[in-house]
Amino acid sequence: MATHLILQKIFKTGFVSEPAPAANLALRTREQELHADILKVYGQAVAIRHVDAGSCNGCELEIHAINGPHYNIEGMGVKFVASPRHADLLLVTGPVSRNLEVALTRTYDATPEPKWVVAMGDCGCTGGMFGESYASCGKVSNVIPVDVEVPGCPPTPIALLQGILAAVSKGGKNIAP
Amino acid sequence: MRIGEHDWHLEALGKHIWRGRMEAGQLPALSRAVKEEGGQLIALWGSDDRQLGEGFAIHAAFLTGAGLAWISSALAADAPAYPDMAHIFPQADRMQRATFDLLGIVATDAVDDRKWLRHGAWPADGFPLRKDFDPNRPPTRDTDAYPFIRVEGDGVHEIPVGPIHAGTIEPGHFRFSIIGERVLKLEQRLGYTHKGTEKRFEGMDLATGAKFAGRVSGDSHSAYAWAYCMAVETATASQVPERAVWLRALFLEIERVANHLGDLGYLGNDVALSFGFMQFWRLKEDWLRLTAILFGHRYLFDCIVPGGVAKDIDDSGRAELALEADRIQAEVRSLKAIYDDHATLQDRFANTGIVKPDLAARLGLTGLAGRASAQAWDARAQFPQAPYDQLDVSMATQRLGDVLARAEVRFAEVYESLRLIRELLKRLPAGERCAPLAPVSTVCEGLGWVEGWRGEVVVAVRIGADGKLDRVHPHDPSWQNWPLLELGILGNIVPDFPLINKSFNLSYSGQDL
Repeated sequence: MATHLILQKIFKTGFVSEPAPAANLALRTREQELHADILKVYGQAVAIRHVDAGSCNGCELEIHAINGPHYNIEGMGVKFVASPRHADLLLVTGPVSRNLEVALTRTYDATPEPKWVVAMGDCGCTGGMFGESYASCGKVSNVIPVDVEVPGCPPTPIALLQGILAAVSKGGKNIAP
Repeated sequence: MRIGEHDWHLEALGKHIWRGRMEAGQLPALSRAVKEEGGQLIALWGSDDRQLGEGFAIHAAFLTGAGLAWISSALAADAPAYPDMAHIFPQADRMQRATFDLLGIVATDAVDDRKWLRHGAWPADGFPLRKDFDPNRPPTRDTDAYPFIRVEGDGVHEIPVGPIHAGTIEPGHFRFSIIGERVLKLEQRLGYTHKGTEKRFEGMDLATGAKFAGRVSGDSHSAYAWAYCMAVETATASQVPERAVWLRALFLEIERVANHLGDLGYLGNDVALSFGFMQFWRLKEDWLRLTAILFGHRYLFDCIVPGGVAKDIDDSGRAELALEADRIQAEVRSLKAIYDDHATLQDRFANTGIVKPDLAARLGLTGLAGRASAQAWDARAQFPQAPYDQLDVSMATQRLGDVLARAEVRFAEVYESLRLIRELLKRLPAGERCAPLAPVSTVCEGLGWVEGWRGEVVVAVRIGADGKLDRVHPHDPSWQNWPLLELGILGNIVPDFPLINKSFNLSYSGQDL
């Protein structure tokens, strides 16, 4: 019977979740006003809306990965939500394709203030190999304001978590965690 | 080479790969001959050859009884056009429309001449892949007025979804027309991740091109990088060391296992069995971590390079990977026993999102989704390149074409890939891992064909006399399979769409380019 097998498997597997990494504040690119005040309200709980703005889908693999059991993101207060209207933070991947520019801007506008934007991956941070062209706006900050940039192709799950936590951590830019 | 009654004068370009040129007017007759033989159209694309003193060209890749045939037809420099192929192979429809958007080459008498990849970013009279397209021309910001086909009548209403979806997936627009909960029609509008990939290839050096090809669709990195390198090595008549070829196959199978594990987890998740998601993603994470330890990257990015591979494996690494393959196999078997036995999961999977074999054959469903609908094609089994010609790959097929069949094919392919990995590790030949490419002095071309985890990846390459890339066309199997998702959902309920969609798991980036 499936229930019996499921319970057996769960007990046999045990816990695989690992401790949360520290925030990497060096990834922060700007400091919003009232940052400390906002955090008094939020604590470290953060609702994330992911937006693929034109990525190759490599970064998405790692966003899926951090939702797996090793990373226990909800234990850190990190949760992915289905609508920008429910989000505190936009996690944006890819060079921003011109075909998605309007949708990204509208998503940003639909996210209530205060809000953060994390640009993920080399393409999101610099435009990457795709760069700027007739079809690509390049990096995310060419289109919407960005708070944290997490480079990598794709960034590892740990680097991504360090970047997300950097957005919602106290302390200024380039201050060691 | 004969296809049907006629000798089409094709020449061997590589193993199981054929090359031919003919008048565009002959393409329909060739297409019919291929179709009658049970073959398929795999890819269709164009090129601007005016800098070579010619006009434009239309290219097609056909799957035939003898392998893959790459056919090109020269077209006029003014008003280039070729006969519509979509009335013979319906999968040509979107590729023809994309070819027009990018090059202004017309499929004469095509029923559907709506734009496809072009939204509002460039004007209807600008064709980005023409060599005289001005890259500095400011982008237009036209709104994307796209004429969806409307369903009308009592009680019908529309649900527009996307381009930004509720989950962590790529962007695309789905227009559902429904009655109650049942789907009457689904129409897709893709192209949102079009980022000028093919244009970007132009002028790249060959080594950078391999990195870039691997980023056409990141989840199929090894498949693209290998297909690209195969094309470049064919074009330059370069020899690749045997060990490198075996390592490439190892990378491709590691990639297949990783993707299938992830999908099997998500399929569980989509029927509310989060246990399945957590278990399969635990295994996938273990697999990725070992991959990173052995080869320096979780997804093997940039491990395949022109002339060979960038990463090797030592004896202790071989032992470790073989051991992990055994462990993953045992774990997947225990999870499959649970999936098989789980009443809710089976109820949701079975008879959901059916694509029957005759429809799959008519519309050219390919890859793992094709094999789940009795389309028994797997290049590793039927037209094996080295080293698959020495590995006797067993192809997984199912007949029912539902979500369950697509899950079953994934399970079978995980087991087969793990077997292949053990075999590759055991018999890995000694030798160099890379050899320099032969120098380029004239314009040359090649084509690579690799059975990726999703289906066949084809990359056609032309190198200029300066040794830089002149035209690269990467083809993703998602081109053929997206239209079948539109049909597989019909009559199903809207809440089953995420499940059906995941069971295909098609690439947006790979087809949007």
